[in-house]
Amino acid sequence: MQTPTLLTVLVILVLAGYWIGRQRSIQLAQPAGGIRFLRSLPNYYGLMAVVWAGVPAVLVLLLWGAFDSVLVRGMVMAGLPEQFQQLTAERQGLIFNQIGNIARGADPSADPALLAAAEHYKNLLQISVVARSIVLLSIVFAGIGIAYFYIKPEVRAREHFEAVLRTSLLTCSLIAIFTTLGIVMSVLWESIKFFRIIPPTEFLFGLQWSPQIALRADQQGASGAFGAIPLFAGTLLIAAIALIVAVPIGLMSAIYLAEYAKPKVRNTVKPLLEVLAGIPTVVYGFFAALTAAPFIRDVAHWIGNTFGWEVFANASAQSALAAGAVMGIMIIPFISSLADDVITAVPRSLRDGSLAIGATRSETIRKVIFPAALPGIVGSIILAASRAIGETMIVVMAAGLSAKLTANPLDSVTTVTVQIATLLVGDQEFDSPKTMAAFALGLTLFVVTLGLNFIALKVVNKYREQYD
Amino acid sequence: MDTTFKHTSVETSTGPVASEPTTLGTDLEQEVGETVGDAFVDDPRMKARNVDVFYADKQAIHNVSLDIGRNEVLSMIGPSGCGKSTFLRSINRMNDTIDICKVTGSITLDGEDIYDRSMDVVSLRARVGMVFQKPNPFPKSIYDNIAYGPRIHGLVERRAELDEVVETSLRKAGLWEEVKDRLDQPATGLSGGQQQRLCIARTIAISPEVILMDEPCSALDPIATARIEELIAELSENYTIAIVTHSMQQAARVSDRTAYFHLGKLIEVGATDKIFTSPDHKLTEDYITGRFG
Amino acid sequence: MTDILNEMATRREQKLKRSLSKRYRQEVVFKAFGVASIVSALLFLVILLWTIFAQGHTAFQTTQVRLSVDLDPVTLGLPDNPTEQDIFRASFGTVLRDAIMAKIPEASSRRERRAVIEFISTGATYDLRDKVIANPELIGQTIEYWALAGDDLNQFNKGNIDRNVDESNRQFKDNQIAWFDKLDANGDIKTTFNTNFFTNGDSRDAEMAGIAGSIVGSFYVLVVTLLLSFPIGVAAAVYLEEFAPKNRVTEIIEININNLAAVPSIVFGLLGLAIFLNVAHLPRSAPVVGGLVLTLMSLPTIIISSRAAIKAVPPSIREAATGMGASKMQVVLQHVLPLAMPGMMTGTIIAMAQALGETAPLLMIGMVAFIVDIPSGPMDAATVLPVQIYTWAENPELGFRENTSGAIIVLLGFLAFMNATAVYLRKRLERRW
Repeated sequence: MQTPTLLTVLVILVLAGYWIGRQRSIQLAQPAGGIRFLRSLPNYYGLMAVVWAGVPAVLVLLLWGAFDSVLVRGMVMAGLPEQFQQLTAERQGLIFNQIGNIARGADPSADPALLAAAEHYKNLLQISVVARSIVLLSIVFAGIGIAYFYIKPEVRAREHFEAVLRTSLLTCSLIAIFTTLGIVMSVLWESIKFFRIIPPTEFLFGLQWSPQIALRADQQGASGAFGAIPLFAGTLLIAAIALIVAVPIGLMSAIYLAEYAKPKVRNTVKPLLEVLAGIPTVVYGFFAALTAAPFIRDVAHWIGNTFGWEVFANASAQSALAAGAVMGIMIIPFISSLADDVITAVPRSLRDGSLAIGATRSETIRKVIFPAALPGIVGSIILAASRAIGETMIVVMAAGLSAKLTANPLDSVTTVTVQIATLLVGDQEFDSPKTMAAFALGLTLFVVTLGLNFIALKVVNKYREQYD
Repeated sequence: MDTTFKHTSVETSTGPVASEPTTLGTDLEQEVGETVGDAFVDDPRMKARNVDVFYADKQAIHNVSLDIGRNEVLSMIGPSGCGKSTFLRSINRMNDTIDICKVTGSITLDGEDIYDRSMDVVSLRARVGMVFQKPNPFPKSIYDNIAYGPRIHGLVERRAELDEVVETSLRKAGLWEEVKDRLDQPATGLSGGQQQRLCIARTIAISPEVILMDEPCSALDPIATARIEELIAELSENYTIAIVTHSMQQAARVSDRTAYFHLGKLIEVGATDKIFTSPDHKLTEDYITGRFG
Repeated sequence: MTDILNEMATRREQKLKRSLSKRYRQEVVFKAFGVASIVSALLFLVILLWTIFAQGHTAFQTTQVRLSVDLDPVTLGLPDNPTEQDIFRASFGTVLRDAIMAKIPEASSRRERRAVIEFISTGATYDLRDKVIANPELIGQTIEYWALAGDDLNQFNKGNIDRNVDESNRQFKDNQIAWFDKLDANGDIKTTFNTNFFTNGDSRDAEMAGIAGSIVGSFYVLVVTLLLSFPIGVAAAVYLEEFAPKNRVTEIIEININNLAAVPSIVFGLLGLAIFLNVAHLPRSAPVVGGLVLTLMSLPTIIISSRAAIKAVPPSIREAATGMGASKMQVVLQHVLPLAMPGMMTGTIIAMAQALGETAPLLMIGMVAFIVDIPSGPMDAATVLPVQIYTWAENPELGFRENTSGAIIVLLGFLAFMNATAVYLRKRLERRW
């Protein structure tokens, strides 16, 4: 049976299981004097049967899906003649794809070994499908059968069912941990391989980044410079520009909205600022690359030519300034909403205390509220920095690819995220240092943003405790 | 209600105007008319005349007229929600900070109308300071808390002068001996009673003419309360003090005159002894004898 | 008694007056900074949206050129009684070329002829072919046919190429402008609604490229994301809010959820690449993989907002149900969940809107490929709307720039709709306790 048919049959069987479980409990309750002598309502006996029949079936189905193709592939490849076994993993992958194509009848002309393998492959697939149907159906029938004989009036079906449900709820919440583990493993695995070729010190402190050299197979690992300092510098430059734009604007907006604005203004402006946060980053990237960057370049050239300033006249088309400034705009609502939270959390009594002495509003804000809210504001800025460092699309589209060590915002720089994206988008070679370098950069990014986030949450929580 | 006051007379509103109150509740409108007792004094520092306070459409204060005499302690009592705090806040225009709040009538400080356009709210509050229910020290050092007022108003020029202001204020607030060795430590580390005395010291550091206190002891334990009450007695030599309190005993202990508020109306004012021994108005009597409150 | 305070009181008035105007000036300046910040932030928003609308609204229009096409079987290279297959292979390009050349006979040199031929899109060839396949009796006739214009003519007609620019900096040359004016004067140029933009997949030709493929791709990705993240997110929220014991494991789960919300999206892309593609061998570029990655990204948002919704259900409801003898699970399933559902749905819609705009992680899993066909299922290679925007934005051609803005307008339209729905739901269904 193919998957959709099999699923339909399974669902019908499980529903039948529910009915059987329910009927069985009612039937068993009859001699005792009705369903009130059951420990649980009949529905729960039905649900118990569903659990017994359905849960193992679903688990097996998932496992089958996960390992089926790997196993079949392994068996097909093992069946190939000797000369294929010696190929690289990459070549073997291509061969396997070819076998797949032959099996589907897409590529009839091929050498006999592959034809045989394709036949083998087809057979294995068929066997797998049949075996799957048989296994699953027996599991479901067995489940219903066990439930049928297990059901007795004194069985606590509800507790039984609820325990299973609770476990599945727990499993769902564990996905957060699995995701983190998945991230850590996926970046760590490739990073370790990378650091076997390029020592971590060279990666972290090297001043040269030119991964493209390693493109040629004969130079693999031997060449290519993987010193990530220029990337870190570029990332920091752009993030710093973004924060220089976003922090004053975001902070002052938050202060104005929290302290001065009438409720009507506040209720209109706040959602409008949130719109800035809802615009996808790719849109900002487009704006940065096609509107902001040319504009900044033209202005810089004009200044350069008018005043004869070399730095301005040489402004790059893909300037760090354009990417950073647009990223700053994107972060404004982020800062303003976090700052708004911490400012409004400052107790009213402090405001009153200051105003009652005769301080003006701005004095109260600058000298009492701001210092009181400072830890929270610092926390928000750290979170915003982490956001800016991890932002990808704006820099991919508007910042350059040249790994330069420069502090000139009119020059083009590259960032960690740009490099990850460029190294991994398109055709990749497996196990080349170039690919693995992207994962090493990903590891760095993950660790840094996690660290910043951790610090920020600590700071903010400490601040909250102060006023709770 | 269109009660008019002859501003010069002290005895305008003596004698019960309203009929004997029988029940509390909806027909209060009829029973409370004009204020009973001596609402006005000979040498007033502040005068409130026909003051109405509104929160949006809701009227919180109805036509209150009241004097605060020079260097006297006036206490305001009444059941919760009677508007005594609202009235207090309108004396130094703290109600300005609430958008929907509107004050009509006139309140004068030494003859100047504080709601007049020419009156600057900053200078007003420098002259009429306020201490709040909950101690609200700024999250700064003890020294900086006291120095805050003089600094923002630019009242002192030299550091030595500021030091002296801080010390004098703390001494007057009776806190100096306790904190003189840790002036640079955060004020939030002090105990509740100390914090409240710090807030009083912070207020007197700008040497206001009037100090308003909004239930200054309600968050404190009895010992700290006694300490604050002593302080109020000492301060009354130099300052005019208006205090809102929930505790009748406190009003009896600290104040020269007492005003009784009920549902936004000023029911009765008089010398504290008089109010607590032989009130003229039935509502006042009911309140001080504990029939409600 | 003369202490410093009394002394100060005497000179206070004067000192205050002196500093007051300066203090009020500071107040005004400070307030002005606040207003300026808000105004500039909103101004950025306006500029951003305005540039995109200004550049993008023309993407919804296209240009057609009226030709009288001679469907001569000989020129088409058709045998007698042609089959559908024959028509399919016929050289419609030639007849179209002849037709446009007939309109502008003065173009004589090779170069000029090529410039004229570029007036008509290659897309017109396929369109005409489909038309003839549907009506084979047209063969042998001369028909009036509105042919899709080529990119340059299209851009010029829509005003995206300025005729006053110096010729050397202009794609559409002077002689082309002259021919265009002539065609236009004859009424042979028509601006119509650009159906291609909404029905086609990607294309190498800007005038043929459409967003249908990426919209369908986005749809599949979102369906997968929604089907996985909503139940899992709600289940996790229910567990953490109602059942989780206060212990180390729970704490670790909560820390993890908060941290995942702050992990850069590209790192999720790395996870997808390493685990879903390289370990699990799921198909590259498939919406199902995109959906899996975005599920992991959306989960923290959904869990956090669902927990807030559950928390907002007052304990009195729980106590009432528990008092009636309901088990914890019954209380949750029958009382808490239905009451928290609007809040959870709002959070989920917002998470889906975020997922719809997400680009970076999908680049990592190969959804950036050039795909002309509209995907027919979640396992087909596909791209999504934001990635389509990215790939078009990389293309320097004017037509693609316009298409990019057009696609952005569509994307923003979807996002606005989703967010408005969320706001509406919140206002309408969420109970205030």
